[in-house]
Amino acid sequence: MDTIVPAGQVVVPATAAPADGYTARRMFGTRAARIEDPALLRGEGRYLDDIRMPDPLHAAFLRSPHAHARVTRLDLSAARALPGVVAVFDADRIARELTGLRMPLGFPSATLQKDITPWVLSCTEVAFVGEAMVMVVAESRAIAEDALALIEVDFEPLPIVHDCHQALDAQAPVVRSDAVSNIAEQLQVGFGEVDPAFAAAPHVFTESLFVHRGAAHPMEGRGVLARYDPVEDAITVWTSTQMAHEVMHSIAAMLGMDQHNVRVVAPDVGGGFGCKYLTYPEEVAIPAAARCLGRPVKWVEDRAEHFVSAIHERDQYWDVDIAVDGQGRILGVRGRLLHDQGAYTPQGINLPYNAATSVTGPYRVPAYRMDVLICQTNKTPVIPVRGAGYPQAAFVMERLLDRVARELGIDRAEVRSRNLIPPEKMPYDKGLTNRAGVRSIVDSGDYPATQAEALARIDYVGFPARQREARARGRYLGLGIANAVKATSRGPFESAVIRVSPQGRIDLYTGALAMGQGLATALAQIAAEQLDVPLEAIHVTCGDTGRVSLGMGGFASRQTVMAGSSVHLAAVEVRDKALKVGEQLLGVPMAGLRLRDGRVEVIATPARFVTLSDIARKLKGAPGYSLPPGITPGLESTGLFQTNSQAHANACHACEVEVDPGTGAVRILRYVAVHDSGCLVNPTMAEGQIHGGVVHGIGNALFEKMGYDEEAQPVTGTFADYLLPTSTEIPQIEVVFLQTPSPTNPIGVKGIGEAGTIPVAPAIVSAIEDALAPWKVHLAEAPLSPVRLLELIDASAAA
Amino acid sequence: MSSDEPVRAISVTVNGTVHRREVAERKNLADFLRQDLQLTGTHVGCEHGVCGACTVLVDGVSARGCLMLAVQADGCSVETVESLAGDAPGPSGLGPLQQAFRDRHALQCGFCTPGILMSLTELLRDDPAPDEHAVRLVLSGHLCRCTGYQNIVAAALQAASKAGGGS
Repeated sequence: MDTIVPAGQVVVPATAAPADGYTARRMFGTRAARIEDPALLRGEGRYLDDIRMPDPLHAAFLRSPHAHARVTRLDLSAARALPGVVAVFDADRIARELTGLRMPLGFPSATLQKDITPWVLSCTEVAFVGEAMVMVVAESRAIAEDALALIEVDFEPLPIVHDCHQALDAQAPVVRSDAVSNIAEQLQVGFGEVDPAFAAAPHVFTESLFVHRGAAHPMEGRGVLARYDPVEDAITVWTSTQMAHEVMHSIAAMLGMDQHNVRVVAPDVGGGFGCKYLTYPEEVAIPAAARCLGRPVKWVEDRAEHFVSAIHERDQYWDVDIAVDGQGRILGVRGRLLHDQGAYTPQGINLPYNAATSVTGPYRVPAYRMDVLICQTNKTPVIPVRGAGYPQAAFVMERLLDRVARELGIDRAEVRSRNLIPPEKMPYDKGLTNRAGVRSIVDSGDYPATQAEALARIDYVGFPARQREARARGRYLGLGIANAVKATSRGPFESAVIRVSPQGRIDLYTGALAMGQGLATALAQIAAEQLDVPLEAIHVTCGDTGRVSLGMGGFASRQTVMAGSSVHLAAVEVRDKALKVGEQLLGVPMAGLRLRDGRVEVIATPARFVTLSDIARKLKGAPGYSLPPGITPGLESTGLFQTNSQAHANACHACEVEVDPGTGAVRILRYVAVHDSGCLVNPTMAEGQIHGGVVHGIGNALFEKMGYDEEAQPVTGTFADYLLPTSTEIPQIEVVFLQTPSPTNPIGVKGIGEAGTIPVAPAIVSAIEDALAPWKVHLAEAPLSPVRLLELIDASAAA
Repeated sequence: MSSDEPVRAISVTVNGTVHRREVAERKNLADFLRQDLQLTGTHVGCEHGVCGACTVLVDGVSARGCLMLAVQADGCSVETVESLAGDAPGPSGLGPLQQAFRDRHALQCGFCTPGILMSLTELLRDDPAPDEHAVRLVLSGHLCRCTGYQNIVAAALQAASKAGGGS
């Protein structure tokens, strides 16, 4: 039976109880200071561009200025002749270094249109603004960029697909000349008897919604550095990535090398938010150049490149119906989703698939069907950004529920209460499968309690009075709420190796990838809980394929669950092994021993002990000397926690906004985020994840729009045009945690990184609509700029 | 650099040390600090003056390292994040503002952090007891994708109160 633990308290998995009053070190669940911080605060972080490499070359890429064009002439001679230029690679030249010119597809798919992935370099036809065409390698970045300006290209513009709706038009041009159609894939997801449910429903409401999410925009862009060793025929590639192992496999395949001769290392990563969960063309081109030229080659993306050549999420159009009974209980949801995939499909269809399968979210929906059309457009390719389709799905569902509440005259919170999955129905079968065919089972959580907590914190019952008083003074307040659930901890596994050296040093290696969340601290806390050492005694290495052979990396809010569980399993094994060896070396039964500060000591006489270093030295073996009976070599363990189940994090957000109907300005007055991510490893870091997630969602609700014109030319190519939230737009975010342990993993945790983003846009848009109730403005889109709000107010007033 | 690239000799004091260098006229201050002096704590996030990651203090005043040429710093005194720990005591070796950042979990990926530390250093020198509004105004010149700014505000206010300013 799940238990709800009040905020501030923490569930800690059981460890051995102290026998003599000595309290074992507790690390799991504490607000430990991060082990990453001192170096980062002193300016001693080592991000990609900080790596010192003797005698490096620098690369720059010529990128297409056209959304769709044929290249009729490409003259590289002037660029090649510039002093300081070492090599200029067009598609033909780079192809000689590779097994193929087309990038591998990220996620396997049998149904996707063929030949749909990006090119490493594209020199005959370009299909989006920003597509890499030519790579210049020079003695400095400045010279490489000078050479780009000397490349002569003649383009013959081709017809452009600039939008999902246009893509479906029978007369529309085709996005690329090698594409069979603008529909990359068409699919249907759902369950239950949808049409009968709608036919018999007392009420059916229809909405056409537009949900836009911009780009990931980590503050550090992408970057790659490669060094080839001709003696070993081996290459080391440092890249700012969320998935070192998959990049390693891609490079090995594309460069025709054995995987053991390709080492990929993620240095300090300055944020990812999804855009670094991909092998990019540059991550193949740079190692190819380094091997070809015999010198290290570095490329560091600038922000102008990031805007057009790192992935976006962008546009989704949803036409949806909801069927309800007279009490607002959901009978069915159906509709069609048009998803903008961009010019190529580098990863797969996971973003629209996630969106379509997560609409029902935390609610009981008896019948559901969504038709999904994945549309190709002449724009930057799309893969998931923080939230991965769930924010769009939550926007759809929460807008529908607000509509039901308004039409039936039922309170918005009450409509939600009547439809939330009740705790006694957990685990709850959603009736859907994920794209790997595994059934979606919501494992645990108390959704009504989560919503009740949010309503209490925002003083929901007191709001109508606040709203009336404000209106009497000419101010327009609104309140919005939204629920969310996120399937986290995607499998199949993550790796963790814990190794104690004969010197007593404890290393923890994992295929999980740290991109700023504090992963090393969280994993060290989980290990230290078992090993009873200070956090600083555990040396954590994430995302180095030379240290651990298997790994999946950072996506789908999975790492604390998957890598955390693997660390837990490995640490328990190392602990048990140390105690067993201690039993033999000290001649005291295990019950009389304990692990403390890096040694196994006799509880009754703590002066009698052996250190982990002693044990590791014993277990590394000496020629001819036997190991203690029943003990395997090495004081180390590999944890490979494996699961197909997903731990479901849930949330309810409530916010109060003020809208100025004269300017369209929206000010967020209060923001409450109630979350259940299971047991928290570090509540401070968990709160930080929610703060950042909520602010990302505020950007999606109010600011962030990756704009294109009808020629598919980007019109928001700087941070002056593309607005990220800044400190003055953001209120204090009040975070509350419930902690329902997840039964899906040995430490009871659920993912957290994306959950904060998911309900934000629907909560804020609901609040804005509430504030503008006197104008009866209907809001069906996000983001909402002040100008757009004024347009909608004017249109509503004119109607 | 290529042989015909215009260069100029400059003398810049960085974190108290005088550096005399020949530098390409077109090289910006952030690149000079990072590439010529190996002071890689100053980060480059947008190269168009919005994100603030490259913020340093030039003669005590905050400046975007990406919008200023290195040659413009000739004769100036520049302070970067590498100066902030000073001879700070303690195992972590952090100055008071840095320690407040660690205490309040005011950084995640840490990429934007050095620039923010420099702007807040300037703020706390000018106004040892800023209120939340004043901190948020200064912070609005910086982009952070990780923290939501909340804990950065808390850290700045903690550093101010520890310095005896209160707020």
